Amino acid sequence: MRNRPRLFVTYSSEMSLLPTWTQKTAAFVFLAILVVIPFGVIPGLGFLSDNDWLTILSRVAVYAIGALGLHILSGLAGQVSLGHAFFVGVGAYTAVVLGGEASRTLWGLALPIWIWLPASGLVAALVGALIAPAAVRVRGIYLAIVTLGLVFIGEWIFRSTVAMTGGAQAGREFPGFAFRFWKEETPLIDFSADGSWFGIEMTSEAKTYLLLLTFLVVAIIVAKNIQRTRIGRAFMSIRDRDIAAEVMGVADTRHKVIAFALSSAFAGMTGALLGAFLGRLIPEGFSLLMSIQFVAILLIGGLGTVTGTLLGAAFVIILPRLVQDFTGLLASTVESGNGFLSAVSGVFVSTGMEDPGIVSTLPGTSPGLNVFQLNLVLYGLLLIGFLIFEPLGLYGIWIRIRNYWKAWPFTY
Amino acid sequence: MIVAALTFAQAGGQDAAEKLANATSSGIALGAIYALLALGLVLIYKATQVLNFAHGAIAALGAFFAAYLATVINFPGRYVTFVPTPVQWVLSAIVAVLLTAIVGLVLERLAIRPMIGEPLFSVVMITIALDIVLRTITDDLIGSTPRPLGDPWGADVVNIGPALVAKTEIATLVVTIITLVGIALFFRSRYGIAMRATAFDQEAAMAQGISTGRIFAMAWAIGAGLAALAGIFSSVYPRSALGVSGTTAFFAFRALPAIVIGGLDSITGAVIGGFIVGLAETYAGVYLTGSTWSFLGVGFSGVMPYIVMLVVLLIRPYGLFGTEEIRRV
Repeated sequence: MRNRPRLFVTYSSEMSLLPTWTQKTAAFVFLAILVVIPFGVIPGLGFLSDNDWLTILSRVAVYAIGALGLHILSGLAGQVSLGHAFFVGVGAYTAVVLGGEASRTLWGLALPIWIWLPASGLVAALVGALIAPAAVRVRGIYLAIVTLGLVFIGEWIFRSTVAMTGGAQAGREFPGFAFRFWKEETPLIDFSADGSWFGIEMTSEAKTYLLLLTFLVVAIIVAKNIQRTRIGRAFMSIRDRDIAAEVMGVADTRHKVIAFALSSAFAGMTGALLGAFLGRLIPEGFSLLMSIQFVAILLIGGLGTVTGTLLGAAFVIILPRLVQDFTGLLASTVESGNGFLSAVSGVFVSTGMEDPGIVSTLPGTSPGLNVFQLNLVLYGLLLIGFLIFEPLGLYGIWIRIRNYWKAWPFTY
Repeated sequence: MIVAALTFAQAGGQDAAEKLANATSSGIALGAIYALLALGLVLIYKATQVLNFAHGAIAALGAFFAAYLATVINFPGRYVTFVPTPVQWVLSAIVAVLLTAIVGLVLERLAIRPMIGEPLFSVVMITIALDIVLRTITDDLIGSTPRPLGDPWGADVVNIGPALVAKTEIATLVVTIITLVGIALFFRSRYGIAMRATAFDQEAAMAQGISTGRIFAMAWAIGAGLAALAGIFSSVYPRSALGVSGTTAFFAFRALPAIVIGGLDSITGAVIGGFIVGLAETYAGVYLTGSTWSFLGVGFSGVMPYIVMLVVLLIRPYGLFGTEEIRRV
């Protein structure tokens, strides 16, 4: 009886973060794999220790943190928001004003990371809490349009406040990942320079990756804990039936405001991390497309689950790289000359002005979409496909695979 | 404030009146385009409960069709050479609108029909995904430089009272009025009544023998056609002198405030909201410029619709003419 995986004898064991032994083992093995990726010691995954791939994985971590924020607002509290990019922007510019270098035209206090990173979350949360009371007056599709308006207004504010943001098209330098106590010259830990840690030689990409992975793990634990506390349950009751929740004594507006603030805090820190990670951001970056990217992560991964959100982030961020590799492969098979493969890919690839095709490998106005456009189209088509055929997203696919193997070799 | 008042006084009575007349006429013309877009959005929303975020992409596609038909292959003008060139252009525009309506039909059948009755978030997202796909393809079709539409009016202007009005603006207004009358008449026809019934209560309409699927398709076709009209008029002088380009698609995002101001489910509201947004945007562009307002930065007029929308929503959460949703546990 004791070893039955689904038998919980106490409430607290059922509510624990990883309730079964399988989940505990899987989580720790997976985390261990993620930690040792930069050292390239895992057979078969060695290519991930490449600096290119480490950068992509770091980006996954940054976007996953932001997506966890939207998960709280949309996945748990059920509020449709297209305004996530605005809060990401608020966090980014808080970070750059506190941590960035001042110049003749730009504001900057050059404070250390342990001030600007929490502050970016805090300021974004405050802005979220200020806007939320007005936003939660409207529901459903009206809320979607209001938050959409927020992105456009936000973009204009970012473009206009040149002293903070560096102005349209130009942008400004963001403070990097370097830990200082105060403003001393050499940082205590510098994540943006190659060097050895405990005798192991590591590139700056590897260091940044490990740092961002740590932040992501913390964010996951926070998000998971929010989900299983009183506030999280209140969010879910509002999502499922808001009036019924209100009747049962869940303060509707208050919890929606809390959801906005929490989600904005995650978004704000994502902004700060994104700035530090990319080095330079332009105000136009915080556009509707960024908001859509976060919503896409949620929907492709599976709305309402942390696991799904992480899967979605990995999928959406890694996809462009795969598309790029794939088009490169197609183009090289065309160039390789004759053969059946070359003929097949020749149908899809356009190599010159007169050669029709879906994908073009030439820059400029040759027929066919370029790699960037192909990415966008695939991204949209994938979203449509997931929404129509698998509304539960990658998480739903995972659940189906799991259930299939649970009873294998029997059908059910 | 004092500086603003002084500059206003210095501008003088005659000039100020002219400025106001110009701004108003151009605002009304812009409002007409927004009204066309908003009308299509509301029509689709009422019939299918789907807010079409891909409206801008459809509009841009319609404008591209018009540009391609009129300037590249001259269809159907090459078969009817006996009519004057302006008429040939109008024929091309009509064919472009019809083509876009067919695109609307296809989109509805492929992507929207499976999503009827799904949660709001998914439906919103699917139209956004459609927008991404359509916009990218349209951008690629247009190419790296804007495509001129080859319209017969060009940059000609006429004097109406104190205002200087572009001929395209007059055309926009005339076409909008004709379309509005047409839509009003349509709602009195057999299919229009069926559409109103579907919008009011889908199940009851089906019980009466109305094919709601056909109504959905019709709403999308009409909506896409209206979007194409708006797209054509937003790609000619004075909106965009060079023609249809990648930015044409973003035009429709400013029609979203228009329908929210009017109320999502109100046709009248959509038209009035369109004109409010058009006037607000133009006045902001004309009056909130110069050194006094430099703190507003560039592009403030583009944000004005959203600010008006937020103000209206704070006072009336369901827009000016929208029906308040009655909720039950």
